[in-house]
Amino acid sequence: MSGRAGSDRVVIEIPARTEFVSFVRVVLTGAAEIEPGMDSERIEDLRVAVSEATTNAVEAHLNAGCEQRVRVEGSLADDEVVVAVRDEGPGFDPEDLPELPPPESPERLLYESGLGIPLMRVLADESEIRSGAGGTDVRLVVYSSGRRK
Amino acid sequence: MQAAIESRRRPPWTVLAVGGELDVVGAPALRQAVVAAVSAGGTRLILDLTGVDFIDSFGIGAVVGALKRVRQRDGELALVCPAPRVRRVFELCDLDRILTLHNSIDSVGAPGVGHSAEPGS
Repeated sequence: MSGRAGSDRVVIEIPARTEFVSFVRVVLTGAAEIEPGMDSERIEDLRVAVSEATTNAVEAHLNAGCEQRVRVEGSLADDEVVVAVRDEGPGFDPEDLPELPPPESPERLLYESGLGIPLMRVLADESEIRSGAGGTDVRLVVYSSGRRK
Repeated sequence: MQAAIESRRRPPWTVLAVGGELDVVGAPALRQAVVAAVSAGGTRLILDLTGVDFIDSFGIGAVVGALKRVRQRDGELALVCPAPRVRRVFELCDLDRILTLHNSIDSVGAPGVGHSAEPGS
């Protein structure tokens, strides 16, 4: 794990272990709380979105037997937080995710997973997933509440 | 952080009081507790999430799994979820359309009075 890499940037490298996901949440939301423009609701959105992206990255490494570290970078500004999560897993097609049935459908209860990426996309104001055989890059931007208005 | 789960009876309900974080690390403990409770006949289940500090899609998935398991046995699930930050995640996943999010365990009444909508209703 490395520490702060610049005046407005936090870089974390974690082992591919699920126990480290909460650590990433704590560090990035703690850093975002320093920014006066980020209110508590936006911090909570960031917390969940970061959790989803980091968990996916860790699981990609675990499933592939990859021993590389997962890299998470947060860039802080007055009106937004940008998070970049990089994994070295086998990649996936982000446009080829199963579509969940509506909640009222009996089939919906068959889907106990698969909510992470849709949730991440709803919570972040901007989201981008670039994935290929060499790994996956996720970029999330969470605006301050003032910028959203 | 592991989720802490305490099971108790509140007839006719079985209550699982959950604390901590329901994420990739904590959610499996909830799944195990639900399986144990339902296997022991506790098909009228209250998940009390008052002590939950954080929930993401893994925690949501564990709750969906609980709903599935109780319905497979003609049971019922009630959800106590007073914290706005936790409620919001359920709402974003549209699960408030099939689960009533109670503010306190005292507002959970008798089984069969609208704690969860039947699928397809």
